[in-house]
Amino acid sequence: MEHKEKTLVIEANRGGMLYLRDFWNYRELFFTLAWRDIVVRYKQTIVGVLWTVIRPLATMLVFTVVFGKIAKLPSDAGVPYVLMVFAGMLPWQFISGTITTGSEALVGNQALISKVYFPRMIIPTARILMGLVELLINAVLFAALFVWFRFVPSWQIVFVPLFMLVAVFLSLGVTYFLSSLNVKYRDFQYLVPFIVQMGLYISPIGFSSSIVPERWRLLYACNPVVGIVDGIRWCLFNSPLMVESVISAVVISLAFFVFGIWFFRKKEIEFADYI
Amino acid sequence: MSDIAVKVEDLGKKYVIGHNVNSEYARFNEFLTSVGKNVLNRLKHPLSAAAGGMEREEFWALKDVSFELKQGDRLGIIGHNGSGKSTLLKMLSRITTPSTGRITMHGRIASLLEVGTGFHPELTGRENIYLNGSILGMTRAEIRAKFDEIVEFSGVEKFLDTPVKRYSSGMYVRLAFAVAAHLDPEIMVVDEVLSVGDAEFQKKCIGKMRDISSDNGRTILFVSHNLNAIQSLCTRGIVLQKGNLLYDGDISNAVRNYVESRKILATVPLTERPKRPWEDGRLRFVRCVLKDSDGNENYSVPVGSKAVFEIEFDCLEDLSGDIQLEVSLFNSENIRLACLNTRNLGLMSSFRKGRNCVRFVIPRVPFYPDTFTVLLYAEKDGSTMASIPDAFSFQTISGPYQNPDILSMPYSSLSAVDYTFETE
Repeated sequence: MEHKEKTLVIEANRGGMLYLRDFWNYRELFFTLAWRDIVVRYKQTIVGVLWTVIRPLATMLVFTVVFGKIAKLPSDAGVPYVLMVFAGMLPWQFISGTITTGSEALVGNQALISKVYFPRMIIPTARILMGLVELLINAVLFAALFVWFRFVPSWQIVFVPLFMLVAVFLSLGVTYFLSSLNVKYRDFQYLVPFIVQMGLYISPIGFSSSIVPERWRLLYACNPVVGIVDGIRWCLFNSPLMVESVISAVVISLAFFVFGIWFFRKKEIEFADYI
Repeated sequence: MSDIAVKVEDLGKKYVIGHNVNSEYARFNEFLTSVGKNVLNRLKHPLSAAAGGMEREEFWALKDVSFELKQGDRLGIIGHNGSGKSTLLKMLSRITTPSTGRITMHGRIASLLEVGTGFHPELTGRENIYLNGSILGMTRAEIRAKFDEIVEFSGVEKFLDTPVKRYSSGMYVRLAFAVAAHLDPEIMVVDEVLSVGDAEFQKKCIGKMRDISSDNGRTILFVSHNLNAIQSLCTRGIVLQKGNLLYDGDISNAVRNYVESRKILATVPLTERPKRPWEDGRLRFVRCVLKDSDGNENYSVPVGSKAVFEIEFDCLEDLSGDIQLEVSLFNSENIRLACLNTRNLGLMSSFRKGRNCVRFVIPRVPFYPDTFTVLLYAEKDGSTMASIPDAFSFQTISGPYQNPDILSMPYSSLSAVDYTFETE
């Protein structure tokens, strides 16, 4: 908006490059909305931002007790069960959190969408920033846990950002897809929590991938979260890693990302008419 | 750069109304069944091109509208409800995309379809200034530069760090308008936002807009039902009717044209009015007449005399429960001066299938001489059964409340209340 004397043409169909330029022009709004989402999230709570660490900590304790102590599932070699679970919790919280809040984002900003113009993709994308901020906070907690257990991560830790990048692509793609569907079909606000809950059981969050029987491994690797979580465990603990699961994670995430953008762009023009 | 600020060419917007007009939003199973039907139809009639799809009705909210604005023009957009004003505005502010045609605009655009868009109740006044400002298209640097001015204009300094959910509605509107007033665009698109404030506030806003426009050559596109406000702000006017451009030119001619078009429209019999998409048709108005105290049809009502609105309507089924019938009266400036509504009276009415006849009675008509148009409206369980704007028009003339020889004074007020004068 800051370029003066600019000419704007509004037509029935607008090209993709223009959209990209618009997104760039509205970057301030993007950060403002992300900031709003973060600030508003814990307003009028007593412990505030502490909730960010309480939730994964509590889940981790439950998983450690249920899977590690009661079911006596094995951890990856030489790794405390707590650390292994937490290494899965971090990417999982990020992915499930952004998908859950992101898919409601458009509907939650109904007033904005029907009253002002901006590239609509800003809204679900801003939720990713919120997830990343929470992820950073939890990463600090995770580092503290490493110190507590006097555990030294392996050198591959430098590759963690790469696997997180895959997680970002996956979350964005799914979020674009679900949030735009939610505009017209509110059924998805009931479906998404269910999908997320299912995801928790079929992904190696509370357990190690090593307990999955050999003959199921390939099917199991079709879940892109497997490749991401196992990849991060490989980075931190040098746990065994199936190359197929990494390839599947990268391919599926990128495919979802491209498809999500395409789908969102296709539906976007009618948001204001349906929301 | 040319001095053309806005150019609109053959603009049109089409809505497709399917089966799901009445449901608030389409449900996924409808989508699935329609997909299923499509597939089935295609299997059954593989050769027919028209196979598949729901029954769909096209509705042009706006069609073939073209006009041009020069820099510094202040355009008033006038039209009845459903004439396409809001659709035009939404396309100008890029909220919906046109189905046909094109809009070209030169310069920075800000659209103000609502005061306080995006205000978040949990955030403080200070935070909301930044949020709302960037939503309206200001950069953070601009907001920072104007922050003190905005705060001063709003007069809520003391509560700047209080969440706006604790604001009074007056403070809320003042803060919201303060942000909007400090936008600095070349082209400004403004909807009926002023209707939120009181008369004093509206005057202030219009004054501010006029100043901005004439000092800096800003182009304004303004929609309002308040013809007074439009006339005092705008230099040019367009009149829309049923999505078509009816008139384009000088503002006072536009207003006159609009008032005339309302009168003409009001003479079409109720049964010949086209059904509008949001009416569900369970009730249909057939006839509405205005009668005086002697029971004669009379459309020139003396101020202070009795007026009876006799309404006949057909019901397609027995109706009972949460029903509202309404007669609203609009003066020549399109301000709703009265709303006669069965729910306001606390009445639970029920009607038989077939022809019904009801009456609303105003014992003493409290409006000074003017021309009025009548809106008929019926609703059940929150959904509109029938709605007829401009059902007919009538006039009020000098009468018992007013000494016909003294014409000047009473015109400064809108209503003629029942009063006496006493001395000790």
